[in-house]
Amino acid sequence: MLDAGDGRAALAAPAVLASDLPAGAVGRVPKALAVQAIEMTKRFPGVVANDHVSFDAAEGEVHALLGENGAGKTTLCNLLMGLYRPDDGRLIIGGKPVRFHSPRDAQGSGIFMVHQHLRLVESMTVAENVVLGSSSPRQLRFSPRAVERTVAEAAERFQMSVDPRARIWQLSLGERQRVEILKALCRGARILILDEPTTVLTPQEADQLFSSVRDMAAAGRTVIFISHKLPEVLAVADRVTILRNGHSVTTLPTAGTDADDLAGLMVGREVSLEAVAKVTHEAGPAVLELAGVWARGDLGTEALKDITLEVRAGEILGIAGVSGNGQRELAEVITGLRPTTRGMIKIGGARLPTGDPRGAIDLGIAYVPEDRMGTGIAPNLSIAENLMLKSYRAKTMRSGPVLSSRKAIANAREMIERFDVRAPGPRTLIRQLSGGNIQKVLLARELSSQPRVLVAASPTRGLDVGATQYVRRVLRDTATSGVAVVMISEDLDEVFELSDRIAVFYNGRVVGTLKASEADRQQIGLMMAGAA
Amino acid sequence: MIGPLRVERRLDTPKWLKVVVPLASLVLAAIIVGILLLATGHNPLSTYHQMYSAAITADGALSSTLVYATPLLFTGLCAAFAFRMRTWNIGGEGQLYMGAVGASATGLVLGDWPRPLVIIAMVIGGALAGMLWAEIPALLRAYLRTNEILTSLMLNYVAGFFMYYLIYDSDSYWRDLTTPGASVFPTGKTLGSHANWPGITIGSFTLPLGFVIGAALAVGLLLLIRSTRYGFEMRVMGDSPQAANYSGIRTKRKILSVMAISGGVAGVAGSSQIGDFGHVLDPRGLQQAQYGYTGIVVAALALYNPIAVVLVSLFIGGLTNAGFALEGPSFPTGLVGTMEGIILFTVLGGEILARYRISWQRRHVVAVGTGVAS
Repeated sequence: MLDAGDGRAALAAPAVLASDLPAGAVGRVPKALAVQAIEMTKRFPGVVANDHVSFDAAEGEVHALLGENGAGKTTLCNLLMGLYRPDDGRLIIGGKPVRFHSPRDAQGSGIFMVHQHLRLVESMTVAENVVLGSSSPRQLRFSPRAVERTVAEAAERFQMSVDPRARIWQLSLGERQRVEILKALCRGARILILDEPTTVLTPQEADQLFSSVRDMAAAGRTVIFISHKLPEVLAVADRVTILRNGHSVTTLPTAGTDADDLAGLMVGREVSLEAVAKVTHEAGPAVLELAGVWARGDLGTEALKDITLEVRAGEILGIAGVSGNGQRELAEVITGLRPTTRGMIKIGGARLPTGDPRGAIDLGIAYVPEDRMGTGIAPNLSIAENLMLKSYRAKTMRSGPVLSSRKAIANAREMIERFDVRAPGPRTLIRQLSGGNIQKVLLARELSSQPRVLVAASPTRGLDVGATQYVRRVLRDTATSGVAVVMISEDLDEVFELSDRIAVFYNGRVVGTLKASEADRQQIGLMMAGAA
Repeated sequence: MIGPLRVERRLDTPKWLKVVVPLASLVLAAIIVGILLLATGHNPLSTYHQMYSAAITADGALSSTLVYATPLLFTGLCAAFAFRMRTWNIGGEGQLYMGAVGASATGLVLGDWPRPLVIIAMVIGGALAGMLWAEIPALLRAYLRTNEILTSLMLNYVAGFFMYYLIYDSDSYWRDLTTPGASVFPTGKTLGSHANWPGITIGSFTLPLGFVIGAALAVGLLLLIRSTRYGFEMRVMGDSPQAANYSGIRTKRKILSVMAISGGVAGVAGSSQIGDFGHVLDPRGLQQAQYGYTGIVVAALALYNPIAVVLVSLFIGGLTNAGFALEGPSFPTGLVGTMEGIILFTVLGGEILARYRISWQRRHVVAVGTGVAS
């Protein structure tokens, strides 16, 4: 192993931390601009992802980039990070014009990014991950203890407690995210980009992250906070730049604006964020029953442990939990895509064969999968063909032994009309539609089979405000019509808004099931973290 | 100002391009080959005329073009059908060998049975042998998730050695042990006259029965893909295996059956080789011809469309035929091979390039008034 004693000066990064934090030297006075993006343009075949986008952020500022999926947030970040080169426009960092050719150049200018999907080596310790990839040609030796000390200092400074000696696989997703942030800080980040950082966090962890972000800003760092969630932008940012269709619409201070204004700017028209009305009604008999169900995940580990649940006709059971705690496996087990190892699933009293998707379909289970583009549709087939993906076996779609394209088109026209799909026609390839319209096609197909159970996983992820409202209303109406609905979502607000009851998942188990009207966010947040 | 070249993927290919591109590619090929011919001291125009006449117009030219086109039609269909579902059956070559083994055995066993029965049995025997051979990579792919490209390719060599063993290294049923000198020059048993497939003869032109069967198969496969539940499932599988599984398609069975059909078609290529042309199992001749591998080129040029496979197999058959006709003291085999290579390369390259658009990028883009200023 490496010698711990002689490495005190070995790691270049710790010096940065110590030197650039004169205690008390930071107030909230106007400061030099850290980032200026001027008229940045990036084109891809068929689209202009960023069309003369401009924004700036000062030192010590938390600046939010707000926009719907596809508005150009990610492209803009990739331009800042040197992953893409702009077709046009300029980038000025700390007053100097720069031209990045790779992320390494960007990191040299102090720009670091924490991606939505974390990039850590699971078998290594926190300290090892922090050093990994930091390049200083002079240092061939690595002193674990010095690094550990630096990490611990930074962790304390920014209230991000994490054990530097812990191995990554032992940590929760929230803790791993802290490691990513610490890694950036220890390697000299002046400008930190956080891409949708709260998707993997419980509400408590998110609050903690916001306070750490404020600490970083107070220490003179610039934080660029990417999000499409309005409340968190209002909570954490000083100013917000709104992106829409590849344009930067405007930049506003968050003080003096509210969620409705921001939503309007984001969508380009007035919207009301009013919740879907929940109609109180009597739930019917249990349609979907799981008794002591176990299943393995993709890596062969136990992903579902002794799950017992029941869902009644006419109710929505919301599944809350931090991503990766068994929700996906739950959906796959109910829909027959994943075999169970123990336990029993019953649909209306009949036993569901394990690992048999067609058997599940025949028993009346509809599924709106999380992976819309990969699993839910065949992207290069037409809308009409995608609409008959589950009904092509039926006699109604045939004339004799031959599939009737006339019937398929007629069926598609009716669905397009009924579910308000905006598309040129039934023969359009489905991949050419927007996310919202694809989701409408998916819902149309799944609901047209007259299901008894509907499983919807992250049904509104990536959708714009209008489509989100539409999908939520359809889910609610579906339940009201007597279908047992299981809705899995990482968005706790959504779970609260739609569910009659909420089951909280943690580490492959149901840690509790509560009535939505009696549950409170605090309690659910603790359950999501495994603390209650 | 004009900046660097810019290559973009086309979002969709206009219809006229699909016609213009192959023609333009052929013209380009003619120019390149012309330069090559001039450099080697040949007159391009007379060479082209010679090729045209050898492939089409000369006495018996079309018939011999069809001799080369027939096996390519089958192996082209074999590849095109499997590739439609993104199941990469590279094993047409070996499946053809096994088909030839199966068909010759059937023909030998049945001997003097009525001719139509013998022919039908040979078709079935060849198809079954090809199917079984294709099921090996199919089972491995479906249940162990091995890569069918590698397994089907490797099995081609196994099938090739197996044929060799039957004729050269054993006293197998297929080997002719009766004639004098059979131990010095091993050959296979020649099939009886009832196993000779009749051609359709019009004047000096003969259409082999195999080509008729192949053309009928092409129509059948097109209908299967276009308008049946089976074909719909294939298209879904080819586009997204996850979506297929999700929609209740039995994906493993699908792989097995598509590979069986694909291998069966290649197997009939073997039947046709025995029944239409060879009447004897000839390992060396079959291996030198490499019909299975050329079939992959045919399928690619036909964009996996079965009907287009018929036309492309005729084109490549004609090209091969013309090539053999050119060969001579002043025209070495290497030059013929190079010419054929250039033609195939240009046509195939054109197909791929047609999916992209090339433009000059302007250095300073004039701002169009679409931005919403704050």
